[in-house]
Amino acid sequence: MIAYILRRLLFVIPIALGVSIVCFALVYIAPGDPLNTLLPEDASAETIAMVKKAYGFDKPIPVQYFIWLGKVLTGDFGNSIASGRAVTDDLFKALGNTILLAGGAVVVAFSLAFVMGLVAGYHSGGPVDRAVTGIAVIGVSIPNYWLGIVLVIIFAVELNVLPATGMGPRGSDTFNFWEWDHFRHLLMPMLTLSMIPIGIITRTTRAAVAEVLNQDFVETLRAKGLGEREILVHVIKNALPQVLAVMGLQFGYLMGGSILVETIFTWPGTGFLLNKAILTRDLPVLQGTILVLAMIFVATNLVIDLLQTMVDPRLKRS
Amino acid sequence: MRNFKTLASAIAVSAGLAMAALPASAESVLRVAMTAGDIPVTIGQPDQGFEGYRFVGYNLYDTLTLWDLSQGETAADIKPGLATSWDIDPNDHTRWIVKLREGVKWHDGCDFVAEDVAWNFARVSDDKAPQFNAKQFADIRNRTGIIDKVEVIDDHTVAFITKQPDALFPYQLSYWFMISRCKLTELGNDYEKYAVDPSGTGPYKFASMVAQERLELVKNADYWDEKRIPKHDRLVLIPMPEATTRAAALLSGQVDFIEAPSPDTIPRLESSGMTIVTAPYPHNWSYQLNFVDGAFKDVKVRRAANYALNRSEFKALLGGYMIEGYGIVPPSTPYYGKPEYVYEYDPEKATALLKEAGCHPCKITLAISTSGSGQMQPLPMNELVKSQLDAVGFDTTLDVMDWNALLDVGRPGREKNPQIDGINISRALQDPFSALIRHVYTLQHAPKGSNWGHYTNPEVDTVIDEIYAAFDPQVRMEKLTKLHEMMVDDATMLMVAHDVNPRAIAPNVKGFVQAQSWFQDLTPIVVE
Repeated sequence: MIAYILRRLLFVIPIALGVSIVCFALVYIAPGDPLNTLLPEDASAETIAMVKKAYGFDKPIPVQYFIWLGKVLTGDFGNSIASGRAVTDDLFKALGNTILLAGGAVVVAFSLAFVMGLVAGYHSGGPVDRAVTGIAVIGVSIPNYWLGIVLVIIFAVELNVLPATGMGPRGSDTFNFWEWDHFRHLLMPMLTLSMIPIGIITRTTRAAVAEVLNQDFVETLRAKGLGEREILVHVIKNALPQVLAVMGLQFGYLMGGSILVETIFTWPGTGFLLNKAILTRDLPVLQGTILVLAMIFVATNLVIDLLQTMVDPRLKRS
Repeated sequence: MRNFKTLASAIAVSAGLAMAALPASAESVLRVAMTAGDIPVTIGQPDQGFEGYRFVGYNLYDTLTLWDLSQGETAADIKPGLATSWDIDPNDHTRWIVKLREGVKWHDGCDFVAEDVAWNFARVSDDKAPQFNAKQFADIRNRTGIIDKVEVIDDHTVAFITKQPDALFPYQLSYWFMISRCKLTELGNDYEKYAVDPSGTGPYKFASMVAQERLELVKNADYWDEKRIPKHDRLVLIPMPEATTRAAALLSGQVDFIEAPSPDTIPRLESSGMTIVTAPYPHNWSYQLNFVDGAFKDVKVRRAANYALNRSEFKALLGGYMIEGYGIVPPSTPYYGKPEYVYEYDPEKATALLKEAGCHPCKITLAISTSGSGQMQPLPMNELVKSQLDAVGFDTTLDVMDWNALLDVGRPGREKNPQIDGINISRALQDPFSALIRHVYTLQHAPKGSNWGHYTNPEVDTVIDEIYAAFDPQVRMEKLTKLHEMMVDDATMLMVAHDVNPRAIAPNVKGFVQAQSWFQDLTPIVVE
């Protein structure tokens, strides 16, 4: 098992390098220029040249890449071009806020979706299955930015029971998860963010459970006289690798932050940070954020692979 | 009886404790939702466009000349700020003598003196100075580039030596914020530290900041202009880039004042008791044209395009929240004048002009953005422009890009983009240089300046040279009026609309007067 983990960790190195090249190159390929938001619209050519030099944009792109990579390896992502703040500070603060939001959405989505999918799969073809499938289709189909706006209109504007925006009454620095006045800021973005994973995981769980239930070994278990509860445990165990794989992907997506949901609720997470960085072509923020998020995605997949291997040892042999 | 006394004592003590728990007077707080995606930088020259100037710049800091934002009847003009007077040396038209206000203190307690002005000039011009900052240099260079040097005459007098005579120089001083030499020196010239511990002379002092989320300023009770000491205790600025979120935040009572509600939310806001304030201001939603490569080099085609637009339809599209644009500046501007050509909707005349110019159908490509600072509702408005132009004989292609990419087309000028016939970048027209000169002066040809389409007209250049040399305000006004009339008559832009800058304000917020300016004064606001 340790050798397997080490081998998988070794694979992460070329992936990380590839991601760093792609994310560095992407922001250069996109039209636009970070200096556009840095400089007044009628800045002279002389001013532009001076600022390019000051920020190191006058160097060839490969040189800029290696300088950036060298700094990143020491944990220095540079400073934001727009705000001048250290990217590391903004990025990890935003990441913490996104993890809180995504963590809440994960708990809501995974627990609800797993139970609903299990019930639907077990009662495959019946009215419960059709009702759950309907909910799952709605979850997948409704654009979450639309749902977010609708929730704001209902709960903030009309009923005035939840805040429309922000992370706590005085910002994220003083946010306290255990105080209702703070926690209620989390509710609507969390629910909005959980809708798509609820739909996807419910459908996957339902399909996996229904498929396992049709396999011969379930008939054998029934023939041996096992009760439905014991049979269900076996079914869950066999359906789990497939569900875990999808959960892992969804976990990765959620941790990446949602640009739309975080912007609608002004939630100061990585999605909000990325949105601002994209609009202003803030290269250090964009490159640092994309790289860290990609690494989280890679790490999440690794953990899920290991979990799957533990649940189903056949995967390790393959 | 004894029980009664005990009970009475207990009540008295409880009442006393309850009274003591009450604050002497509740703090009044004004919470503003900005359109910006982040807190504007607090180290002097703000970012986030003029919104940064509006909410951070002029609140934390002062400039030598300030904008008079006390009324909304006429276009705002400059007034004394940290400078009490400015006079051109009669013997040398490149030397401005500026008298500084006495008795002004920085928020850190140091005195404001002439040496501070020279030190501030070095911080945005001399890359060898320890206080130099490249980003601040870039932000203000287009205003300070005219200054050759600053001489300290005495503690409260400085002389600015300009590179050439410039009668509009006092306007440039209104954009340049003075920061505290004492504070930055104390912090070892570290701007990261200064950003969270800034010191200015403005009507508000810095209180706290949560990066990307909120900036809190408190009243400067010792502000040098007693009339502008804020009438509320605390100002909270919250970045909220999404228009729907801003409206929801106002409706749910999370903020008291929002910038730029979208036109479709205004009826709902009004029905909930919010006040919508508007005023004309120096803004122009238009297209700068390419005068060298394509169809617009012919004035007949430029006039045809202007006659093709039915501006009342744009007004209907925006729920009435715009002024129809027939000039470069809004009609309330003192130098609007009486242009000979008034481009009222006349599709027949437009078609006739195109045929006369031998350009029918007339292929043009306009570069537009999906959003952006001052761009109003760019997609539906540009679609309407296209349909109206095509109806008279144009064949319009809209080249759609995001705001940053459009700036990338705008900055280098037509030479790098000869296939583009017009760019839809809304410009601030706050002062005569920004409003008129930079768009048509030959010396402002892009990429050196903002004359994107390389308009060249020796007669216009002569008038501009006369403006720069006109130190008599009345003569200068006459020349500016003439320049505006020439620009309209020669159809130097495709003129469409002037924004009226709607803001929505909660019913408990009183006293705000919307000035005809990109900048606004929040100090008179009372939060009930």
